[in-house]
Amino acid sequence: MTPVATPFFFYMLSGLMIIGGLLVITRKNAVHSALALILTLLAQAGLYLMLYAPFVAGVQIILYAGGIMVLFLFVIMLVNLERMQKEKQFNKQWLVGLVAALSLGAMFVAVYVRGRALFPERAVSLPEAQNTQSIGLMLYGNYMFAFEIASLLLLVAIIGAVVMAKKRI
Amino acid sequence: MLNYITSYLDKNVQVTPGQAGNIFWALVYILCVFGGVSLVVVCMNWLERKILAHMQVRIGPMRVGPHGLLQPIADALKLILKEDIIPEGADTVVFWFAPLIILLAVFSVYCVIPFGPTHAITDMNIGLLFMLGVSSLGVLGIVMAGWASNSHYPLIGALRSSAQMVSYEIAMGLAVVSAVLMTSLNAQGTGTLSMIGIVQAQQSQHIWFAFKFFPLGLIAFVVFAIAMVAETNRAPFDLPEAESELTAGFHTEYSGLRWSLFMLGEYAGMIAVSSIATTLWLGGWMRPFPNLLRGAAWDMAFSLFPALTFFGLAGLTFYGAARMAKTSFFRVQAMGLAGFGAVLGVIGLILLLPPVRTGIQDIYWFVAKIAVFLYLFIWYRATFPRYRFDQLMKVGWKVLLPVGLGVLILTAAAGVVTG
Amino acid sequence: MVPITTLHYLVVAAALFVLGVIGVLTRRNVVIVLMSIELILNAVNLNLVAFSRLWGLHGQVFAIFVITDAAAEAAVGLGILIAFFRNKETVNVDEVDLLKW
Repeated sequence: MTPVATPFFFYMLSGLMIIGGLLVITRKNAVHSALALILTLLAQAGLYLMLYAPFVAGVQIILYAGGIMVLFLFVIMLVNLERMQKEKQFNKQWLVGLVAALSLGAMFVAVYVRGRALFPERAVSLPEAQNTQSIGLMLYGNYMFAFEIASLLLLVAIIGAVVMAKKRI
Repeated sequence: MLNYITSYLDKNVQVTPGQAGNIFWALVYILCVFGGVSLVVVCMNWLERKILAHMQVRIGPMRVGPHGLLQPIADALKLILKEDIIPEGADTVVFWFAPLIILLAVFSVYCVIPFGPTHAITDMNIGLLFMLGVSSLGVLGIVMAGWASNSHYPLIGALRSSAQMVSYEIAMGLAVVSAVLMTSLNAQGTGTLSMIGIVQAQQSQHIWFAFKFFPLGLIAFVVFAIAMVAETNRAPFDLPEAESELTAGFHTEYSGLRWSLFMLGEYAGMIAVSSIATTLWLGGWMRPFPNLLRGAAWDMAFSLFPALTFFGLAGLTFYGAARMAKTSFFRVQAMGLAGFGAVLGVIGLILLLPPVRTGIQDIYWFVAKIAVFLYLFIWYRATFPRYRFDQLMKVGWKVLLPVGLGVLILTAAAGVVTG
Repeated sequence: MVPITTLHYLVVAAALFVLGVIGVLTRRNVVIVLMSIELILNAVNLNLVAFSRLWGLHGQVFAIFVITDAAAEAAVGLGILIAFFRNKETVNVDEVDLLKW
């Protein structure tokens, strides 16, 4: 299927992502930050679709926006951060942190400007209709070991989270 | 411009408007789906009250129109004209956003639901994954609604409701994966996640997936049917929003039009999950027995069903009109009811015309199967007592999840053995 | 209009990464620090998927693993947060100083 209005959608989705990211790090109310993060995650799913990665987009929506963010919202409600909203939001080293992060950003810009010639602009033609099947074949073929270890990791995480959040072990 | 519009009609294209890239017809389909869902929600409102009443040996609303037919309109008017109260201390932005998020999540599911081989808004390759993901966004709306109300009952109701929805989503996902496994039993050995592809797989394998590998398909179907009732917060899993438990749960503090948005979201969610169940297990738009009773005569017989349905409804309406008392008050109502019956009869006659008759087949059978599910939803509400919250979570995690896993493993084994 | 190339996606991912790093380094609320870590992971994912369009599906598979790991890490991190909140009644990063001299 031929893509339609690609620059418009790219700029709109990445604009939403950046605005969401800015709102996450600047809001006083943690619930508003969580909602802005949901906006960022959904915009990112849209960008994955534009990169011809429909399966990763679906996984992003199900796991990230529909799972992890619900977990965050639950914990925010449990922890009840009313008092936190009235205190100072940024810590004492905010200026140093900001300068460090911006210099990291400047380093990224320098790398991209110099290395622009390194990206081959031929795009591998990944037929979109076979994306899920191909990823399935790779997950159960090349990356079988990592797949099993990931499931073990999730089991350990579940047990750990349950033990840590219990009142009496 | 006109070329753009008619190019989709002319070529007898075999794809949905989304796949053809035709934005105009995609918008037309979206408007049709939206209008259809709204109409069905209005009918469901009336039907629920009447059917619940008749099951409880009483008659429902009779006052507003003949046999209460104008009751939903009166309800809608009342809700629109009510005062819009926002509780003090409530987070206004989040309070305003919450019903919108639920509606967005529910209505986005309709983008992939196929009413026919080309009658869908679009057909994504990952249609099923999209549907699962977007319906899990509804949980966020509920959590936001409960939090933003700044009150105890909505918060507890929201947390309970979201815990319930998240638990039953897992059982739903496992049942859905069992159905997807069955689509891969074709010549190439590749399954598909696209909704139209799943119905076409049922068509090519000559069996509805509910009856495949008996009883595995049936168990998966039953697991999904139970999980979808819990997913939409309907009885008997409606603890978070029942009136006698938590004073209406997460939508306690919502009044007027906002509350009607929640109700619209709930009914639209019921229709959405019913259509998912129909597509995955009951053969989607296929008529019953397409292979056992094949041939032109049987096709013609089955194609008369839409018209017969409407004639039946018109007959019931005329019967109700004839039974009304003959005083002047009721004469007006009887005339209104007879007029309604006449409209139904005219629609039935239109559905007898050959070109309409063949075009409406797929949509009719799909809607008929959804109607069966909606009747079941109302029947459950009238019949079953409510689950307590710990019983509800126990059923979700300790009963449906192991059964879903078992069905998945057995389906995979059956597929390998027969393949 | 310039056609959208891989570099555009990389720049967006870098911007998101820098925003996440600012959030981690400057905020006092632990929950928002955890959310900034999720921003960082998402930026990395976008990078991976952008490159996978040039060089095959390995990037997308790795992105799926990163999402899985992010879920596990968020669960454990929030568990730690709840355990800490139960002890000290605060979610302020500055007040996590029990082991300070």
